[in-house]
Amino acid sequence: MKTLLTIILLTVSSFSALAVEPSEILSDPALEARAREVSKGLRCVVCQNQSIDESNADLARDMRVLVRERISAGDSNAQVVEYMVSRYGDYVLLDPPFKASTYVLWLSPFLFIGLALAAAMGIYRRREASPVGGEKAQELSVEEQRRIQALLDEDGGGGS
Amino acid sequence: MKRLMYLAPLAVFLVIAGYFAVGLKLNPRDLPSVLIDQKVESFALKPIKGYDRGFSSEDLKGQVSLVNFWGSWCVACLAEHPMLMKIAEQKLVPLYGIDWREKDPDAGPQWLKRRGDPYTLIGDDPESKAAIAFGVYGAPESFIVDQRGTIRYKHTGVIDEGNWASTLWPLIQELRKQ
Amino acid sequence: MIAETGHFALVLALMVALVQATVPMIGAHRGNALMMAMDKPSSYSQVLLVAFAFGCLTYSHVTSDFSVLNVVQNSHSKMPMLYKVSAVWGNHEGSLLLWVLILSLFGSAVALFGGNLPPTLRARVLGVQAMIAVGFYLFMLLTSNPFLRQFPIPLDGKEMNPLLQDPGLAFHPPFLYLGYVGFSMAFSFAIAALIEGRVDAAWARWVRPWTLAAWTFLTIGVALGSWWAYYELGWGGWWFWDPVENASFMPWLAGTALLHSAIVVEKRDTMKAWTIFLAILAFSLSLLGTFLVRSGVLTSVHAFATDPERGVFILMLLLIVIGGSLVLFAIRAPALKSTGVFKPISREGGLLLNNLVMSTGAAVVLLGTLYPLFLDAVGGGKVSVGPPFFNSVFIPLMLPMLFAMGFGPVLAWKRTDMVEAAKRLKLAFIATGLVLAAMLAIAFDGPFMGIVGITIATWVFMATAVELAERIKLFSAPRQALSRLLRQQRASWGMTLAHMGLAIAIAGMAGAGGWKVEKIQTMVPGQSVNLAGYDFKFMGARRAQGPNYTIVEGTFQVSEDGNPVVTLHPEKRNYPVRQMPTTEAAIHTLFMGDLYAVIGDPEGSEGGFVTRLYYNPLIAWMWFGAFVMVFGSVISISDRRYRVGAPKGHASGKQVGAKA
Repeated sequence: MKTLLTIILLTVSSFSALAVEPSEILSDPALEARAREVSKGLRCVVCQNQSIDESNADLARDMRVLVRERISAGDSNAQVVEYMVSRYGDYVLLDPPFKASTYVLWLSPFLFIGLALAAAMGIYRRREASPVGGEKAQELSVEEQRRIQALLDEDGGGGS
Repeated sequence: MKRLMYLAPLAVFLVIAGYFAVGLKLNPRDLPSVLIDQKVESFALKPIKGYDRGFSSEDLKGQVSLVNFWGSWCVACLAEHPMLMKIAEQKLVPLYGIDWREKDPDAGPQWLKRRGDPYTLIGDDPESKAAIAFGVYGAPESFIVDQRGTIRYKHTGVIDEGNWASTLWPLIQELRKQ
Repeated sequence: MIAETGHFALVLALMVALVQATVPMIGAHRGNALMMAMDKPSSYSQVLLVAFAFGCLTYSHVTSDFSVLNVVQNSHSKMPMLYKVSAVWGNHEGSLLLWVLILSLFGSAVALFGGNLPPTLRARVLGVQAMIAVGFYLFMLLTSNPFLRQFPIPLDGKEMNPLLQDPGLAFHPPFLYLGYVGFSMAFSFAIAALIEGRVDAAWARWVRPWTLAAWTFLTIGVALGSWWAYYELGWGGWWFWDPVENASFMPWLAGTALLHSAIVVEKRDTMKAWTIFLAILAFSLSLLGTFLVRSGVLTSVHAFATDPERGVFILMLLLIVIGGSLVLFAIRAPALKSTGVFKPISREGGLLLNNLVMSTGAAVVLLGTLYPLFLDAVGGGKVSVGPPFFNSVFIPLMLPMLFAMGFGPVLAWKRTDMVEAAKRLKLAFIATGLVLAAMLAIAFDGPFMGIVGITIATWVFMATAVELAERIKLFSAPRQALSRLLRQQRASWGMTLAHMGLAIAIAGMAGAGGWKVEKIQTMVPGQSVNLAGYDFKFMGARRAQGPNYTIVEGTFQVSEDGNPVVTLHPEKRNYPVRQMPTTEAAIHTLFMGDLYAVIGDPEGSEGGFVTRLYYNPLIAWMWFGAFVMVFGSVISISDRRYRVGAPKGHASGKQVGAKA
């Protein structure tokens, strides 16, 4: 109940205009392009899974402006991102960094693929050794091939 | 071995369910600050309209202080205000306000005029410069800063009698001893 | 009185569901025909009772009865009728009522059309359906009652979130739920099959139309959701890998895998336990999808009700339904015997690959969606997992499968020669090569993912087309080709269309992702901006009044080389009750891309406005592709073979592999 109250009472500043405004845009297109790129990777911290480039929240706007100020002042993209991380932690990065806390996240897809391949290999190996299988994967007899072709024709390839 | 494979989905599901059970107790908005035990980034904020002095990071030196982010647009700050007035009246701790993101420069001063001004100094932060420097998400948020200008605690949401007595005030007293 | 009657009907429905969840199950166990026969009348009474309750809530909403809390919180007397109706399910309690309504509709459909099912199977399927229903009725009655009264009665309501007041989003939840709940049918069939200990070709044929139907609805739901995001959020984005979107995408992936593995069960009598698992998985992910949005475990950009207190109930429900079914799976599935044997390079091999990639994809999306929660739960700090992660993992995973997808339909069952298959697709290879060469010739440094996407889309489309052409012997015996085309079975039409639809959709995603052009500026009336060869001339803006909002409507005249193309009228709306603005983008769809204009706030003293102009290449292909997929799926459902069910001789499960 208490946490619920906090959620209600913690007001997030009101919405105003849409994402990037003309007044924010830098006159130098190269710098502006860099600012857009950086903004797309930074999370609007008061939104859910939106980048500051897409968000219309006030704080996102101010973060966009800050990104542009820092880029204009000569910061590299990495330095700008680093500053935001120093203020808001990894939470501000939409692309989670590869580090101890995210090893599981980044490596799991490989694990999943490995498991899938192992499962597939297991299936094929078991099938070949399987005593229950009424039929063995062997060269198809002429008769079988003829029948399959007939079925394919009739079935339109079996369909989906 | 084969049996084990058929048990795997159940095991995975139970792990996920376990995390859900823990996750239910977590508050998704509860975002710990990475700035704890970090020095306050130096800043110098202009005064809000009608005030002579602004508020800068220099003002934090030499004493334990409470920095409070608020705004006239912030509904929850209304609920917090009486408690802040009480802290100010009893002179418990220097209370600094950062008037965050006012669209109308008159709005903040008027809000204070109507309800009372609990702050020792107030800085104007129309473009979230200080807010981002403190890693603020929403208002109200408050920070306890020690004598050396180091952030020691972040409080998200309204300060009330309960959390003041249980957490904030004891911490301030403890920091003063150092 | 109306609300109380609806509440009462819901309580009665719970009673009926309790009977339906027990008596036919016991009957099936004991072989008692009378007890089994309880399944039909109880299914019908359930649907009548829930429909009645739903009618009561709808009536309260339509008549703006502000003595009902649900109406107060989600409606307003000035809202247009369409949204007064859609507000019924545009909130937590009402959406659950819609959920159980659809569940009971599916149940009664089985009772009605399940004449060819063995009585024990039907009794068990409907019994499992009723068990799910019991959980949902209890959840509603105990934590989320839509019929609560409000006193004192307020003068007017708080209105539904303006973002949801939109035709696309009005129908998005019903389709999504038809999809989610549709998978409950596959689930119930899977549980019934586990209890009976028998999975055969006949079972696969009974399950397939239900799965296809669920998949069709879910595809429509997901497509509607992304279409809504595209025109309503005002910057041309259409997919955000937001938890709520992922929640609907995961069951879609699992369901797609299920559709394909069910074919293998039907034709080749193998991959049985896997298919059962997928059926459980698809529905489990649907349940997760329903609840992920609502439990507060993960909050997202969608401002639906979230309430951690309900979370405990939800968790219990998930534990019982998913945990219970997985226990049953672990006990019974090892006994399912497969007879079909196949080599990796074969039709089955292709379908298995599809299955593995689809499930890996679902696992990756699930992991990415839940990872922030996992890390937080173990005290590892807060992270965000956003679109960059999903794009960089999910897309490389899908590409090999899409390549293999071109081959799948030309592979024979059991085993095939890869080289032979590749030779049959010679034309598709050539066409894909030409498209790739053309793209590189125009712009060698074009967007990498865009070029890859268009290339793979061309490959899938052409390979599917070549396979069709070969099947009807377009080249070898062109004279009879047309009659052969017309004699194709509907299920194979379904496959061809669905695969082509996916290819078209991928082309749309690649085009919009790779070549989008955007211009943001302040424009004064009379000013022109050139974008992707089109001149957008801003003619000014006017104010107007909508039923429950104010409008600022801009006018753009778009021309190409001086020739008028279209006049666009984007709107910015302001909803005073909620103090919320929404944007209504003006979109003109051309074959090669969408012209997309958004108007923002006034700026400057000369009547200037902030404007956002976009050219979104090929983007409409995405939804057209989804439409083609849905169309193919509907044709497949209408295949006579599924309507009559499996021939009697197949029910034994013997010989199926050979006969196929």
